[in-house]
Amino acid sequence: MIPELGHYALMLALGLALIQGTMPIVGARTNDPVLMSIAVPTALAHFAFVAIAFGALTVSYVTSDFSVLNVFQNSNSAMPLIYRFSSVWGNHEGSMMLWVSILALFGALVAAFGTNLPAALKAYALGVQAWIAAAFHLFILITSNPFLRIADAPPEGQDLNPILQDPGLAFHPPMLYLGYVGFSIVFSFAIGALLEGRIDAAWARWVRPWVLGAWMCLTLGIAGGSYWAYYELGWGGFWFWDPVENASLMPWLAGTALLHSAVVMEKRGALKVWTILLAILTFSLSLIGTFLVRSGVLTSVHAFATDPTRGIFILAILVLFIGGALALYAWRAPLLKQGGLFAPISREGALVFNNLFLTSACATVFVGTLYPLALESLTGDKISVGPPFFNSTFGPLFIPLILVMPFGPLLGWKRGDLLGAAQRLLGAAVLAVVGVAAAYALERGGPVLAPFGVGVALFVMAGAVTDIAERTMVLRIPFVAAIRRAVGLPRSAWGTAFAHFGIGMTLLGIVGATAWGSERIIEIKPGGNVELAHYRLTFDGLFNRPGPNYSDVVGRFTVRRNGEPVGTMEPTRRTFPARNEATTEAALMTRGASQLYLSLGDPQPDGSVALRLYYKPFVLMIWLGAGVMFFGGGLSLSDRRLRVGAPRPARARAAMAAAAAQPAE
Amino acid sequence: MTRKQRRLVLIGSGLGVLAVAVALMLNAFRDSIVFFNSPSDVVEKHAGPGTRMRIGGLVKDGSVVRANNLAVRFEVTDGKSDIPVSYQGVLPDLFREGQGVVAEGSLDHGGVFNADTILAKHDEKYMPKEVADALKKSGHWGDDYARKGASAEVEKK
Repeated sequence: MIPELGHYALMLALGLALIQGTMPIVGARTNDPVLMSIAVPTALAHFAFVAIAFGALTVSYVTSDFSVLNVFQNSNSAMPLIYRFSSVWGNHEGSMMLWVSILALFGALVAAFGTNLPAALKAYALGVQAWIAAAFHLFILITSNPFLRIADAPPEGQDLNPILQDPGLAFHPPMLYLGYVGFSIVFSFAIGALLEGRIDAAWARWVRPWVLGAWMCLTLGIAGGSYWAYYELGWGGFWFWDPVENASLMPWLAGTALLHSAVVMEKRGALKVWTILLAILTFSLSLIGTFLVRSGVLTSVHAFATDPTRGIFILAILVLFIGGALALYAWRAPLLKQGGLFAPISREGALVFNNLFLTSACATVFVGTLYPLALESLTGDKISVGPPFFNSTFGPLFIPLILVMPFGPLLGWKRGDLLGAAQRLLGAAVLAVVGVAAAYALERGGPVLAPFGVGVALFVMAGAVTDIAERTMVLRIPFVAAIRRAVGLPRSAWGTAFAHFGIGMTLLGIVGATAWGSERIIEIKPGGNVELAHYRLTFDGLFNRPGPNYSDVVGRFTVRRNGEPVGTMEPTRRTFPARNEATTEAALMTRGASQLYLSLGDPQPDGSVALRLYYKPFVLMIWLGAGVMFFGGGLSLSDRRLRVGAPRPARARAAMAAAAAQPAE
Repeated sequence: MTRKQRRLVLIGSGLGVLAVAVALMLNAFRDSIVFFNSPSDVVEKHAGPGTRMRIGGLVKDGSVVRANNLAVRFEVTDGKSDIPVSYQGVLPDLFREGQGVVAEGSLDHGGVFNADTILAKHDEKYMPKEVADALKKSGHWGDDYARKGASAEVEKK
């Protein structure tokens, strides 16, 4: 009964999406307020029905209803509740359900909170959002229906892929999709504006919170996936330049560029044509990512199953939406009016620099990811494009971007003072040079360029601090007055500083973990010792430990530093009888921002065991940095001037003055 | 500067960055591309020693020999040709005889493939696409996998 209810709700959602995609747009074209106003209730109802469908699937999973084929194939009644819950999206059909649910959610959010939007733009944007939803509803109903039943319900399910049986599954896909799919609403706004033919600075102001929200979720989603891969795969790597990872990185790069160009458009009315293009491209890259991951052209842990009709269907959606959007853009964009002028050395200039390098870096990732597919379909040659390609293309484009980053916020709009900005960054530069020297002195070995990486990271972090120090005039005016200025600073200024600081932290983590990490692969017998970095580990032995739907072989190690025990580590090999598969559960010990990492290999007949040991200095900075970026984005989002409901500059300024006088806001 | 000049500067710098990106990519494509070959391809193409490549196929039944210090030797087969592979290190969780595997490395002068990376990034439902294609090409696409696919179809109906 419940799966049928879900199936029915999904079909009704398709019907609602069709209404939402036509009526309001007809209304906007004929300037009919009644037809336009249909957009809001249908968007809300559409989300409600998608939520019912998603809820029905969730109920089937949680109650282990194995008469549903999808549940039978991907769940098992012995799994703990959290995995029965999160395995809803641990498979192709369910993850597409999550995809459309988030799509519908964003439509509903715009309907509910976009009260200050012009009626026509809102009608167009919600209409376009509904087209996307309708296409994906059709995709699910025709090729990937999660509600199909089996005539004779089997007593037990086939279990979830063991690699996915991890708390990471509960967090990573929803977060990633919130980002990935969140850009759909920005796309809809862009198409809506092109259809309406009116694009101005106000458009950027309405769209920026959505860009920012999607960007924050995507940042956290990518970082979460990276940490999950780091501890689950047992290789100690945090980024593999795997096509599936690239599929999420490309929208992030384009979205980051969009975030910055939208600022120029909002503040100065310039870069309109470019910003609209970026809005289209960002979601197009999300769609391409969905195609890469869901069509089965790639094989990885994310490609749950392969079915050619799915690939062709998604490809058709891709061509329709990206092709249609770009055609509309080519037709309408030349009609846009020119924006404000600016000198090459200016805040705008710095943001253009950011956009050039981000999009070029994105293009290298795009080529590296898709070239093997193109080559194979043209010549039949199979190649792999691995980390060396990306390191020698993405890296050289990203370093200048990061080096210029601290200058941007210190330059004025329209015409900036480069010399003045450089003088103000002198302190940061000195700190960076000291950092390079210290890195050389402390760490022998490692790549020659690694200390420079530390220098760049320190420069960015100190640059972000300089920005805030300059704005608050701390050290130049009395401390209390500086604090007052700090409280009065727009939160978006704090947001920028935090996000840039986070980039520096992530860079520091990457340099530390890759350049000065140590690694050993050995065979060890019970009672044996092994040394790594400053640590000495003793292998106490193996023991068995049963779990709910798996059994563990656990190796216990005592860790000592300078002879003092600092703890035990228990790397594990986990066997899942339902699928007769094994996974490696690495053991991690956090020491400051660094980690010791143990991963157990095959137990040998003579009682010894293969062991991988890694020491990863500063590795946690990689993900902490992403967390700080997220926090910065959140600060920016909470800025009054950006608040979705109330972008009224005059009143906001008055409120800010009040906030400055009254810190406990 | 006039509006036109400023726009030229903008477009010029854009093209400049793009040119740098293209140059970097072309350079990287020359050095860091790795071709995939099936064991039969390796035999037919007479691939020279020292060239980095990936080979993929099934781990031949009964061919895995472990030695001291985590050294392991096995043969990769596509049913037509076998290539001996040597590797030192911890094998992936899903490495098993009769299962698909992809190895990256190069041939030595004795015709042994020295692998520095072994990939088995797949679960039991499917195998690496390259391996499946290689097996299909050599006419040894196992019934086992075909049957699994067929039974899934039946269940759906």
